[in-house]
Amino acid sequence: MNGIDLQDLNVWFGDYEERVDAVKSATFSVPEGGSFGLVGESGSGKSTILRAITGLASDWSGRMDVLGKPLGKTRDRQFYRQVQMVFQDPYASLHPRHSVDAVLSETLQLHGFSDVDARISKLLDDVGLGSTFRFRYPHQLSGGQRQRVAIARSLAAEPAILLLDEPTSALDVSVQAEILNLLTDLRAERNLTYLMVSHDLAVVGHICDHIAVMQHGEIVETLSVEDMRARKVKNAYTEHLLASI
Amino acid sequence: MSNLLDIENLWVRFNTRNGVFDAVRGISFSLGQERLGIVGESGSGKSMTGRAILKLVRKPGMMTADRLDLEGQDLLGKSESQMRDVRGHRISMIMQDPKFSLNPVMRVGKQIAEALRLHADVSKAEARKRSIEMLQAVSIRDPERVYRMHPHEVSGGMGQRIMIAMMMIPNPKILIADEPTSALDVSVQMQVLEIMDKLVRERGMGLIFISHDLNLVSNFCDRVLIMYCGRIVETLKADKLHEAKHPYTRGLLNSLPRLEQPQDRLEVLVRDPAWRDEPSVSGLL
Repeated sequence: MNGIDLQDLNVWFGDYEERVDAVKSATFSVPEGGSFGLVGESGSGKSTILRAITGLASDWSGRMDVLGKPLGKTRDRQFYRQVQMVFQDPYASLHPRHSVDAVLSETLQLHGFSDVDARISKLLDDVGLGSTFRFRYPHQLSGGQRQRVAIARSLAAEPAILLLDEPTSALDVSVQAEILNLLTDLRAERNLTYLMVSHDLAVVGHICDHIAVMQHGEIVETLSVEDMRARKVKNAYTEHLLASI
Repeated sequence: MSNLLDIENLWVRFNTRNGVFDAVRGISFSLGQERLGIVGESGSGKSMTGRAILKLVRKPGMMTADRLDLEGQDLLGKSESQMRDVRGHRISMIMQDPKFSLNPVMRVGKQIAEALRLHADVSKAEARKRSIEMLQAVSIRDPERVYRMHPHEVSGGMGQRIMIAMMMIPNPKILIADEPTSALDVSVQMQVLEIMDKLVRERGMGLIFISHDLNLVSNFCDRVLIMYCGRIVETLKADKLHEAKHPYTRGLLNSLPRLEQPQDRLEVLVRDPAWRDEPSVSGLL
């Protein structure tokens, strides 16, 4: 069974003259436990695919299957227990007046867990923060620590799939290394499926097995990371991207 | 005097509720006719250094130095109005995001012409002509059309090229570029950097290139200063970057994922508290 299966996905914003086709007939699949990367320039539609999967972009056509189940107009609670998203900017994705404890306990309660207290300690340990961070507020945390809290929050529902939208591009390189290691470890421990968006080919190459290159809303090439490393690419734009790193 | 800029013992301090915070702690360096890179992580004081050169540290920040000379001429004693003649005219600065640096309600051509007319006594027609030439110099294909555009109509890469045009037109001696390409896509980054590099070379200017990206800096500069906690921990020739000795520089280099050399885990930088207290390395020529 595939973790994520997209068939001919189109996503657009606006209507009539204002219509912008952000994603044009995207087709790819991510096996369960696999790790897939989307790369491309800003505006190429890579984040829009993630938003369409989570239901944040409402105008779409085509077929999206998650863990074998087709997605409809709305997402149920079951879906959000299976699929969670980590956003780019840890400074914007945490409520400034909610402590780490409040953020995590709210999430856990929403997903109907009862042993909230024990789970929070476990989550914080899992992301390498420890219980001392439990009652801190976001402004008392560094960028890397905030991103760890955001990852802990996404793990709270015990999902099978994580959608990662540029999880390290707002961080310094040394902190980026820590977060990337954490993501690698978590995937190995929990057999997670990753769908990651990044503009950094080296980061995608580190985390993912397969990548799709997007340009102007279309997937221009899908290839394995080994092929990318060996520069066995067919598309001129992919070559151009590889040349610029 | 062959150096464009000499700075000795530069401090930038901020008074906070928890005492004085030192953003830049007594660094010294000089700039010849070269491309100097300043690299560090967020909070290392690299941007503050760039701003301090133009005396643009806003209150309550305080800036002190033993020496701040531009072509042998003291800048420390200059008043605000005298500094206005230096800024833009002799030292100009390109910021990270063109979206925030351009005036949104003014046509880009006018903004470039204004930059020229502030510093040189030229007629409007002449300023327009030179602005269009300048737009051409930064590889903008249809300069007449772009001249009439508003900032929201141009892309990020083009916006940054417009900023370069605006900063270059008064013919400054020094260009400070503070993360000029971090807001741009990788594929556009190189193009913008090449344009900047070409102009700096042709005009024999000095360039201070501030960035968090070690590899980018080593490709585009002659000399690199590595900053940590407000101090310079190491200075290197850019082509000798991979012979860096300081554990911080080494750690930064090793923590980057590399496409060609896959590894299971990335090396994590372990920060030694002693680095904070080490004396600053001099970057003087």
